[in-house]
Parts: sequence; structure tokens; C-alpha cells
Amino acid sequence: MNLGFKTGDWLTVLAGMLLIIYLFLTLWGGDRGTSLIIRSGGKIVTETDLTRNRDFEISGPLGTTLVTVNNHRVRVARDPSPRQYCVQQGWLSRAGEAALCLPNQVSVELLGAARSYDSLSY
Amino acid sequence: MTRSVINLPASPDDHRLARLAAFAIGLSLAEAALPSPLPGVKPGLANIITLLVLQRFGWRAAAWVTLLRVVAGSLLLGTFLSPGFFLSFSGALISLIALGVACRLPSSVFGPVTHSIMAAFAHIAAQLCVVYFWLIPHAGVLYLAPVFAAAALFFGIINGMVTARLLDNPLHEPQPVRT
Repeated sequence: MNLGFKTGDWLTVLAGMLLIIYLFLTLWGGDRGTSLIIRSGGKIVTETDLTRNRDFEISGPLGTTLVTVNNHRVRVARDPSPRQYCVQQGWLSRAGEAALCLPNQVSVELLGAARSYDSLSY
Repeated sequence: MTRSVINLPASPDDHRLARLAAFAIGLSLAEAALPSPLPGVKPGLANIITLLVLQRFGWRAAAWVTLLRVVAGSLLLGTFLSPGFFLSFSGALISLIALGVACRLPSSVFGPVTHSIMAAFAHIAAQLCVVYFWLIPHAGVLYLAPVFAAAALFFGIINGMVTARLLDNPLHEPQPVRT
């Protein structure tokens, strides 16, 4: 059956597919977080980049929160909060991601090259 | 009281353009009734008319039909001068430019499918630019760009194939205009 394709049309389809793959890779790869801010009680405790793997022990009102940096990612490894939300969030790697350990007043935030908005409303 | 009479003579070409634009408006109205999973993802069936006109009557006629379709279609849908209208309008303008480039490609190698895909990509690129720089300056818009581009390729191929089929069909020879 003649689908209406000419030789060059297949090339166009191929080029279109390559463009889409490129867009997916660049735009969905995301803005990787490059630096890390840890706050305790709203005050910045540590501001660092993600190049080195290390642990931070942050003390809050409930006890010590353990923040781990590994392979350009960060997570809250241990926290005394009862519901463990920030621990269950797991690894954070994209710019703008954050984990809050509220009862212990510790927050972890990743920043990228450009600071993005939390939200916009009209 | 004097009555001034404005006489606008319409040539057979004008009638033909109006008829083709009416087809395109009908298709875009029908399409507006289709539900869409994501705002902005739609087949763009009216572009089939644009592609047909481009092949049969050249770029100028295609530009007329497309711009008439965008303006009259938005009047009928009640979106004239709304953000949606400017999205359609910018998309139409840029895809007409893309079609102007595409129809200069050697026609023995590149057919309506190429024209359709290039126009579809130009259309979605213009719309995303308008959305990002004017309506919603948020990185989330760029996050959706690959999805829109994939939809553009998919519907671009389909519209191009439909156009190629219609061009092959002798039933769709332009009929003499009755005045």
C-alpha cells in the first residue's frame, strides 16, 4: 500500500524522532542540583556543593538528623521525627527539591544554576 | 441622505479561497469538540486543507486560507483575541514560514509528509515560545516540550499522509467555480 511517503519524507520522520529524543534527554534530564543548603530552625547551618560524598549531623530540638551526600545526590538518612516523611522522600538530585523534617526543624534544599520558582499563580 | 455603495468585486480566486477556508474552519470547529488529554495536543485537521492548498494553489493561497481560518474560527469559537487565539495565530504564522521553506525543497524527494511535519514542529515551537515568554514563564512548560513535540510528529505524519492520499485522488480535482 502506498502510504504517501516519498524518500525524503522518511528522512524527515527520522530527523523528527532524533529531535524528540534530544528534547527528552535534555529537558527531562532536568536541572541537576549543584549545591546544598541545610537549615535548622530556619537558619542556614551548612551551604556546600555536592562534589564530595560526606555526612552531616544536624542537631534539632528532638535530636540529631543525619544528612548524607552521595554521588551528587542527597538524602536524610536518619531523623528523630515520628512520621519519617523526610527520610521516606529518599534521594534528592534535581534543583529545587527539598526535604523537610518538621518536628526537628531541619530542612535540606538543593539548588541548581538558576533559582526556580516554588510556584506561580495567576 | 446619500447612500454610499461600497463595491468589493470578488474574483473566482477569492471564491475558491473562501470555500477552502470554509472547509478549514469546519474542520477546526469539529476538532474543538474533540476531548484532548493535554491542552494543546490536538490533531490539527485543518492543516490538511492548508497542505492541500499549498500543493495545488501555492503558498500565497495557503497563507490566506490559514489566516482566514484562524481569525474566523476564533470568532466562531468565541476565542478571538484571547490567549488561545494568539497561540493559534503565532503557530499559524510560523508554520506558514516553515511551509514556505518546505515547499522549496525538491518535490521529487520531499512530499506532503515532510511539509506537514515541518509545519507541525514550527507550530508547536511558536506556541511554546509564546506560552513560555508571555503566558507562563515557568520551567514546567519546557518540561512538557518533548511531549508536545512527539504529538507534533505523530499528527504531522498522519496529516501529511491524509494530504498525500487526497492529492492522489482524482475526485478532489478543483471544480469550476459557479458564480
